[in-house]
Amino acid sequence: MDRNGNKYTFIFAIAMVLLVATLLSIAAISLKPFQAKNIEIEKKTQILISVAKAQNTAQADNKNKYIETEYNKYITKSFVVNSAGDIIDGNAFNIDLAKENAKPVNERQLPVYECADDDGSVKYVLPVRGKGLWGPIWGYVSVEDDMNTVYGAIFDHKGETPGLGAEINQSWFQAPFKGKKLFDESGKLVSVKVVKGGAATNDIHGVDAISGGTITSDGVTYMLRDCMSAYEKFLSKSKK
Amino acid sequence: MSEKESLFSAKNRKLIFNPLSKDNPIVVQVLGICSALAVTVKMKPAFVMTLSVLVVLSVANVLVSLIRNLIPNRIRIIVQLVVIATLVILVDQVLKAFVYDISKQLSVFVGLIITNCILMGRLEAFALGNKPWPSFLDGIGNAFGYGIILMIVAFVRELLGSGSVFGFKIIPDAWYIKNGGFYENNGLMVLSPMALITVGVIIWIHRSRNRDLVEQK
Repeated sequence: MDRNGNKYTFIFAIAMVLLVATLLSIAAISLKPFQAKNIEIEKKTQILISVAKAQNTAQADNKNKYIETEYNKYITKSFVVNSAGDIIDGNAFNIDLAKENAKPVNERQLPVYECADDDGSVKYVLPVRGKGLWGPIWGYVSVEDDMNTVYGAIFDHKGETPGLGAEINQSWFQAPFKGKKLFDESGKLVSVKVVKGGAATNDIHGVDAISGGTITSDGVTYMLRDCMSAYEKFLSKSKK
Repeated sequence: MSEKESLFSAKNRKLIFNPLSKDNPIVVQVLGICSALAVTVKMKPAFVMTLSVLVVLSVANVLVSLIRNLIPNRIRIIVQLVVIATLVILVDQVLKAFVYDISKQLSVFVGLIITNCILMGRLEAFALGNKPWPSFLDGIGNAFGYGIILMIVAFVRELLGSGSVFGFKIIPDAWYIKNGGFYENNGLMVLSPMALITVGVIIWIHRSRNRDLVEQK
């Protein structure tokens, strides 16, 4: 056949595309379980880190096993609440926050993870999700059983600017969240703000922003405010 | 090339060793600079990137070389792209499945292998006109040449920017100013401009030692 003719070119192109498509489909389907597992482990790791657990991941021989063990040990319960603070049916772990955030507040399913700490106290882990400068940012905020004091926070991002906004997934940014309060003295939800220029040392509702990462920092503030306000009823109802 | 030529004849050895220095894809051909800037903050992602490029480039070279007489000339660039893209997607999927942390760090850069000029450049310039074995060697050689520079840049940037090599702390903690010492990591090293400057310095040193590469005025 004429190798430069239209017919040959078309046949070649069609055969090539079919072959490649088959190959890629097979690869995608056969690798899917491994990839899903990795995503699950990552989520569990972040939940654990927000309550200051799973600190030895780097030393663990088998990371997946270590995380599973820690998760099963500490995260004793997870449930779903609505914005009125009542527990509703559903599997907390499988909820897609991106979809929930698109719904009106009163229709959202809000996941809550309960962590039983070594000293017998209970912590609640609340997932949060919002917008950064370039894409989504998300994280997990854990509160102590007074439903007011932040016990820990972890954030991550899809593609914030390295060295600037991307610093939200670093511990220096996350550590100061510990001990901050969600409610003010009159019981009003004020959430935790990321303050540009640095938060006052006695500010119980503010942490330092990232210089050069203003929009990401503001994104964290809005994310916390919006997500925490959805949990407000749950938090005030469960307060001890 | 005669059929009886040995697998590692002088000509074939050249294919591997030339790209390491005299015909280095980054410092001489100045290809693949974009990814050299992006993944060289730490040595580990740079190493994985090198391995990924090595696999993709050598396999793509062999595949294209095998079908070089079948490829219709008018769509050869498209065929090359399809071969590269397929391999890159496979590499990406495998990384996601087995080394998730690294795949997260590499994120878009694995996808960017597709646009890495080294690949298209080698397929078009070499694999289309040569037999599979020399093409394979050419792929390995160029990927190593690319990898060497990547590792040197990453070494400099990680050491000066993060005080570590391959993730191991080299600078003692006590040296740091925050611990009462005198040392501070150079934050600029972590950002892309320093990669460009480091590559520039490497090219400078490389040319000063290889005078024949310096353009005549």
